Amino acid sequence: MVNTTVTLSGITLDNPVIPASGTFGFGYEFADIYDINILGSISCKGTTKAPRFGNPTPRIAECTQGLINSVGLQNPGIDKVISEELPKLAKVYSKPVIANISGFSIDDYAYTCEKIDSEPQVGIIEVNISCPNVHNGGMSFGTDAGTALAVTKAVKAVTTKPVYIKLSPNVTDITEIAKACEQGGADGISLINTLMGMRIDLKTKKPVIANKMGGFSGPAILPVAVRMVYQVYEAVNIPIIGMGGISCAEDVIEMMLAGATAVQVGAANLVDPCACKTIIEDLPAVMQKYNINSLQNIIGGSH
Amino acid sequence: MNQGTYSVLSNINIAKDVYKMILGGDTSQITAPGQFINIKLDGLYLRRPISICDNDENTITIIYKAVGKGTEMMSRFEAYKNLDVLVGLGNGFDISKSGDRPLLIGGGVGVPPMYSLCKALLDKGVKPVVILGFNSLEDVFYEKKFLNLGVDVYVATVDGSYGIKGFVTDVIPLVGEYSYFYTCGPMPMFKALYKTCVTSGQFSFEERMGCGFGACMGCTCKTKNGNKRICKDGPVLEKEEIIW
Ligand SMILES: Cc1cc2nc3c(=O)[nH]c(=O)nc-3n(C[C@H](O)[C@H](O)[C@H](O)COP(=O)(O)OP(=O)(O)OC[C@H]3O[C@@H](n4cnc5c(N)ncnc54)[C@H](O)[C@@H]3O)c2cc1C
Ligand SMILES: Cc1cc2nc3c(=O)[nH]c(=O)nc-3n(C[C@H](O)[C@H](O)[C@H](O)COP(=O)(O)O)c2cc1C
Ligand code: FES
Repeated sequence: MVNTTVTLSGITLDNPVIPASGTFGFGYEFADIYDINILGSISCKGTTKAPRFGNPTPRIAECTQGLINSVGLQNPGIDKVISEELPKLAKVYSKPVIANISGFSIDDYAYTCEKIDSEPQVGIIEVNISCPNVHNGGMSFGTDAGTALAVTKAVKAVTTKPVYIKLSPNVTDITEIAKACEQGGADGISLINTLMGMRIDLKTKKPVIANKMGGFSGPAILPVAVRMVYQVYEAVNIPIIGMGGISCAEDVIEMMLAGATAVQVGAANLVDPCACKTIIEDLPAVMQKYNINSLQNIIGGSH
Repeated sequence: MNQGTYSVLSNINIAKDVYKMILGGDTSQITAPGQFINIKLDGLYLRRPISICDNDENTITIIYKAVGKGTEMMSRFEAYKNLDVLVGLGNGFDISKSGDRPLLIGGGVGVPPMYSLCKALLDKGVKPVVILGFNSLEDVFYEKKFLNLGVDVYVATVDGSYGIKGFVTDVIPLVGEYSYFYTCGPMPMFKALYKTCVTSGQFSFEERMGCGFGACMGCTCKTKNGNKRICKDGPVLEKEEIIW
């Protein structure tokens, strides 16, 4: 028998497979499709201080082996997430979940994290710093080590839960940002968020997406994600949740060999609602094929 | 919703660039006319959403226009090809609101869902009036299929090459009193109908989709009843809730 459990900041996961934020809602709708309790954990839809409609449609553009999304963090706001969404999830999912938090100022992040801190089912807070900073000309928090550090510190000050900072890949040196987060007290790093991308419709000769640009993800970005996880693993001493393009059990193992303790699966859930289930079911056989007894033992194994 | 393997039973050209495909497989998850399916195609990352035109216990009929990579690929499929399909998506039309003489108004490839809707209404004893709009004679399909159901059918073509010359809205004054309306078709037709139709009604919308089953928020629109995902809370919206 192979062992698929991994331990993430003291939380033991039955397996390292976690649906990625924004591709699984608050989980409960997938409970109609399969028993979601097989999942290692669930990263919930990005939540902000106030409710957000998000961006105008079209929000989706197809790409070769991926898609661009510009959903724009549509969510009902932290209060409704706590009063409506998390209770619905708790009815169908019994393990600790990951709350994914976004903000447009440092105060926003601190406010939302402080509120989510009192939710018993939240095991980890994942802080998405790919958002534009309204106090800094809209530049993303995640593209500057100083702001990444400031957000990490502000969030750590208001919660006792493990904090994972989710990095944007749209930077020159990902290790510099990761180190700043570690310095700020982050308990772990999640990466990667989507790569900025764009498609143009040949018929209309205009961008496909209403907002012109959006975040590119899916199998096409796996090599970029593996590379960045590998680099960050060398740069910091805190655990990594690796993601970007994972769509099969082999990809999970590759990401863990690069340095991830757990992984998230995003776009794959959209094209195959049972993607995570299939990956989890396939893992033992693929582990055996590559002579792996315990997943915990392969983390960073390629270094 | 059901995810399964469906096999192509037939796939034929029925009008200019328009094809009718019959798929064999489980249809138990289809709960209302106006729902759609989402088809995985080899080499393309996203599935393609297509309305259910008709179904029985083990077949689904779809009608689609070849407009791009995916639908052109579909037009070349031959019998026995197996497809990974999500079936029974979306809310579908609410037939309880029809009254006794509803209008069914289909424009172009918006016609297909009107067919299963027409059958569902007839099953509950309501006889609708059907209005089909096309650009030109070469685009016209399914008039006979509706006539065979025993309903009155009006066809309009923009260039006047078949039926009444003009738009579906030019037909409405000719049909007499109606109790309600149901429609699927292009946006300009929707806007014209919104102004023309005096009764309440339901519109079936299209949007670019990431998943088609409610997971990604890729297809959300604002309505007077809050945000709705076209794929899950739609594609059918009621006239009163739509924000144009
Ligand atoms: C709920 C719903 C029901 C539909 N029912 C039918 C039907 O019964 N018959 C029919 O002919 N067409 C229908 N459509 C439109 C059909 O989905 C598109 O024509 C098809 O996706 C085009 O794919 P393509 O690869 O040929 O085109 P491409 O332009 O190559 O597609 C590129 C991308 O854009 C998306 N896309 C392009 N056009 C549309 C569109 N109009 N709506 C949504 N996504 C689009 C594609 O899905 C794909 O992701 C429906 C759309 C929706 C949302
Ligand atoms: C439709 C969609 C919505 C997303 N929403 C969020 C979000 O709200 N918060 C966040 O941190 N990441 C969000 N992401 C990014 C994913 O969580 C993930 O980091 C990224 O897509 C890479 O993984 P993938 O290639 O498996 O999709 C979203 C991605 C997609 C495709
Ligand atoms: S297409 Fe994903 S929610 Fe509608």
